[in-house]
Amino acid sequence: MSNKRAYTNKIIAKNIAELLTFGLMAFFIAPLILVLINAAKTNNEIISHPLALPQNWGILINNISSILKNVNIRYSQALVNSTIITFFSLAGITIFSAMAAWVLLRTKTKLSTAIFMMFVAAMVIPFQVVMFPLVKWFGIFQQVTGLPMLRSYFGIIVAYIGFGSSMSIFMFHGFMKSIPHEIEEAAYMDGCGKIRTFFYIVLPILKPIYVTILILNGIWIWNDFLLPMLVLGKGTPVQTLPLAVNNFAGAFLVSWDLMMTAILMALIPVVFFFLSAQKHIIKGMVEGSVK
Amino acid sequence: MKKLLNLFKKDPARGLERDMFIQRMVFWIFLFPALFSFFMVQIIPFSIGLYYSFTNWSATAQPSIDWVGFKNYIDAFKDFKFLYATMITSIYTVLNIISVNVVAFALAMLATSKLKYRNIYRAGFFLPNVIGGIILGYIWQFIFNQFVPGLATVTGIGALSKTLLGDSKTAIIALVIVSTWQYAGYVMMIYVAALQNVPAELLEAAQIDGANAWQRFRAITIPMVMPAFTITMFLTLVNSFKQFDVNVSLTNGGPSTMFMGQAIKGTTLLAMHIAETSSVGLNTAQAQAKAIVFFLVLVTFSLIQVVVTKRREVEL
Repeated sequence: MSNKRAYTNKIIAKNIAELLTFGLMAFFIAPLILVLINAAKTNNEIISHPLALPQNWGILINNISSILKNVNIRYSQALVNSTIITFFSLAGITIFSAMAAWVLLRTKTKLSTAIFMMFVAAMVIPFQVVMFPLVKWFGIFQQVTGLPMLRSYFGIIVAYIGFGSSMSIFMFHGFMKSIPHEIEEAAYMDGCGKIRTFFYIVLPILKPIYVTILILNGIWIWNDFLLPMLVLGKGTPVQTLPLAVNNFAGAFLVSWDLMMTAILMALIPVVFFFLSAQKHIIKGMVEGSVK
Repeated sequence: MKKLLNLFKKDPARGLERDMFIQRMVFWIFLFPALFSFFMVQIIPFSIGLYYSFTNWSATAQPSIDWVGFKNYIDAFKDFKFLYATMITSIYTVLNIISVNVVAFALAMLATSKLKYRNIYRAGFFLPNVIGGIILGYIWQFIFNQFVPGLATVTGIGALSKTLLGDSKTAIIALVIVSTWQYAGYVMMIYVAALQNVPAELLEAAQIDGANAWQRFRAITIPMVMPAFTITMFLTLVNSFKQFDVNVSLTNGGPSTMFMGQAIKGTTLLAMHIAETSSVGLNTAQAQAKAIVFFLVLVTFSLIQVVVTKRREVEL
């Protein structure tokens, strides 16, 4: 009898916990749902019925098309820019950091240790310390060499590679230590050159760690605001999504319907990406910080 | 040149020298792209910045940049806005550390219990973390300024009609709410990893010995997740201290309040204050000096963390 009751109590407790957690999660996601339902309303509807479901989802289409046409946000251009910048920065960070980490690990000299320590130590430098001189230096560098550093893809990609390299080199370095050196030596014995060894033997083994590095850097670069604001500038031809939304908010903060639509459209890529690879993303982001 | 070409000839006697040469070439070629960009954005700007913090560098055009010694640092500590930003950032940081960690730990306890859909819950709690601070801030500005007052009209609860963003004290609370929402799911996952490492046998053994749920929690779970506490404390500390994006989009530093007898923007955190010293005050050299003070504080935090973590490791 008492056993049975204890069992029933357990079931009830379990269901309560399940319900409670579900409620909490709903509370966590609610702000995003609010964005969705209010993006499908007119401004007057939002003010009078912020919680109600939209009466006509067709308004969402209208709002989306006005965002697409809006000259303050230039959404499609910003989406393309964010994609280009994130893609090339990530490609650069992963390949260049892996290359650097490998030679730093495999070359046992004082110089290579010193360079590695310098990369690692730079992780504590907050962006605020370098941001003003960075813009100044990019300006000088641009004048002297003629390379486009400010308001250009090239400059911001170099900047992301520079800022991303510290942690990425540190993580690659840590992972590579666990690869047995014998694999590379065997390849060398078989007549495989150093460069070929790296690209054909080492790089494929790194797969688990570069997934982590891609995610960690990708989310940071995609969402970053301050660096693009300084290097690209506000309202210039090359704008990323966060900059575009910020520009739009500056001009349109009173019309919440369009603001909600703009936010929704900025959310879609990242939420979609998260839902499609959430296990990798959560694992990657947590691993990166704990190290 | 001839010597260089000789190195590439297949001469067994020269084999070793050639190998060394190639080794060195590969070292620098492989290192170059990362090292170049690293110097471009970290080492060179850091060095220039250190120098400029002792000059009269300004955001406006100027004939020459002159050495002024420690003037910028002295002026920074005399600047009531800087003092206020430091104070309000410290308050925000303490509130945020408590709020994020309490919520995150509670969520982690739920997310590690034997729930059917726990992976879905974890993903749901984590989701806000992949969204950028700028976007989050605007979402919550809508919630505080439009949605909650709207609820007041619909439900008739008058207390809701006043927006949290209207007063600098409650606006700080609003910042903490948004940061907690953004960050708790992330910190939760660190606790989840720690909680999963608590051996189930240990908890079962304690239960058989008659320990109740609270005793098991106090005597086993808490000590076992202590190392994770160190990590999450410092993570939230550093992240709160550096907060910028949500600050810009949620409150933009306002609303105004009084401090030391002067009107001041009430929620301007340090990172934002540093940016404004240059963009609004046009005094880039002083902004740089403040940034270096900011940097030194963060370095101190990091060093304390290393010491604390090392001590823990020895104990274990």
